[in-house]
Amino acid sequence: MQDAIADLVRDGDTVAIEGFTHLISFAAGHEIIRQRKRDLTLARMTPDLIYDQMIAGGVARKLIFSWLGNPGVGGLGAIRRRIETGEPAPLEVEEYSHFGMVGRYTAGAANLPFYPLRSYFESDLPVANPLIRELESPYGDGKVFAVPPLKPDVTIVHAQRADAAGNTQVWGLLGCQKEAAFAADRVIVVVEELVDEAVVRADPNRTIIPGLIVDAVVVEPFGAHPSYVQGAYDRDNRFYLDWDAITRDEAALQAWLRDWVYDVDGRAAYIEKLGPERVASLRPTASAPSGDVDYGQYT
Amino acid sequence: MTDEPTSPFSKSEMMIVAAARELAGQRVCFVGVGLPNIAVNLAKRTVAPDLELVYEAGVFGARPARLPLSIGDPTIVTGSTAVVSMHELFAFYLQGGLIDVGFLGAAQIDRFGNINTTVIGEYGHPKTRLPGSGGACEIAINAREVFVIMRQSARSFVERIDFRTSPGNLGGAEQAERIRRQGGWLGRGPSVVVTDLGIWHFDDDGEMRLDFLHPGATLEEIKATIGWAPRISDRLAGTPPPPTDELRLIREELDPDGAYTR
Repeated sequence: MQDAIADLVRDGDTVAIEGFTHLISFAAGHEIIRQRKRDLTLARMTPDLIYDQMIAGGVARKLIFSWLGNPGVGGLGAIRRRIETGEPAPLEVEEYSHFGMVGRYTAGAANLPFYPLRSYFESDLPVANPLIRELESPYGDGKVFAVPPLKPDVTIVHAQRADAAGNTQVWGLLGCQKEAAFAADRVIVVVEELVDEAVVRADPNRTIIPGLIVDAVVVEPFGAHPSYVQGAYDRDNRFYLDWDAITRDEAALQAWLRDWVYDVDGRAAYIEKLGPERVASLRPTASAPSGDVDYGQYT
Repeated sequence: MTDEPTSPFSKSEMMIVAAARELAGQRVCFVGVGLPNIAVNLAKRTVAPDLELVYEAGVFGARPARLPLSIGDPTIVTGSTAVVSMHELFAFYLQGGLIDVGFLGAAQIDRFGNINTTVIGEYGHPKTRLPGSGGACEIAINAREVFVIMRQSARSFVERIDFRTSPGNLGGAEQAERIRRQGGWLGRGPSVVVTDLGIWHFDDDGEMRLDFLHPGATLEEIKATIGWAPRISDRLAGTPPPPTDELRLIREELDPDGAYTR
């Protein structure tokens, strides 16, 4: 992880750590904080706790997003303080809706100049963000809104498994991992498990990102905690609830960063600090395997 | 619904039960974060067992075995009908016209059901920064109708919302219907607002009207928690209280930690 972040994430980059509640690479975010990257533009549909932590760590000057909060719990204190008070430094924001963010990645991945959507009608969002623009259909059947492509310098996604070449397989919520990866200049894939190429080839429908566009594969079990990995570990809702008190208080947040990020030299140490009981408590209560499908041989 | 006498219940529990009842007879519901999540999951277990739950995270036909704290959770995936990318969810399921009800929460609402979930104060210098749209502004346009669930207070039911995140009936039904028709919107806009005090539907002119008052709530309370002179139905009725079995579902199965009902 150290090498991947050092080599592929540069000061001033636009970075997207995607994953819609599922498969959020906290391990990569923490490494970016530890390496004290600066002036990043952070893009994510839902900034979640990871961008709250990274913004508290001082890595970002700008945030691109569509929903800012700790879902079902409350707010993201570090980000709110930067927006509401400009302390300790102002944070530039560029705001869309969920579909708008998905459309931006899609246009970026498909090399299109914009993505059209039926949204934003009679909303104040296009006033707040003039990059959301009204567009007449070239076929004369009404208006839509357009959003510009988003092409991150680096996209980082977590996944269940990949082979050494970076062919990456995911199950469970897919978010916009695929679109964000194809839209990016550089791609880092962080996986629970490195598998043989034959495992990927036995189930090609599950491959969402081909090794062709992947620059680094990092094996980091439990690297998505307190987010989750379908079939491997549950969302640590206790952590999300506890975060509410930490994020309200800048001093408590900085103390948390010291204890859990700066003074921890990587994910293995983080998991050890978390302790085996907490880890065990997050395992699925039972197995729920998919049915087998038969692709057939055609020789 | 059962007629058995009910045990004491909180205002939040009444709100959630009343909101769930509104989903009777509906087929496909887009579930928003927070209060809509528990209301829709209660409906699925009571008045609307055939309801298809759609989660913006990319799930159609979810059957959550537990109530997820977040609307992105492994339990909405296991046993669902389909897991799709968010692009498919928003483009094909929502924009394609398959959603009957979009169920939203709100921080501020006005008499015509326009919703603010973005900022309190000025956008550039907000007093309070709220979560923003998420999928709400496209749900408001593309879902066939919109249900809103929110707590009522002088800060939330306001004469003028600070930011229009998601359109309701704009400045009234006449204007809203013209714009919807011209824009080819699929949605008819908001049809019900359920609060901790009562149930509001929308009059022909697009303004909300109080049709039901929850047990224990008073018209004085309604008037003290609203930023305009509210329209009260001349057939105002009392909301039937939550039956004991539904209270048990909320307390024992859906929200044992009280995250939604506090």
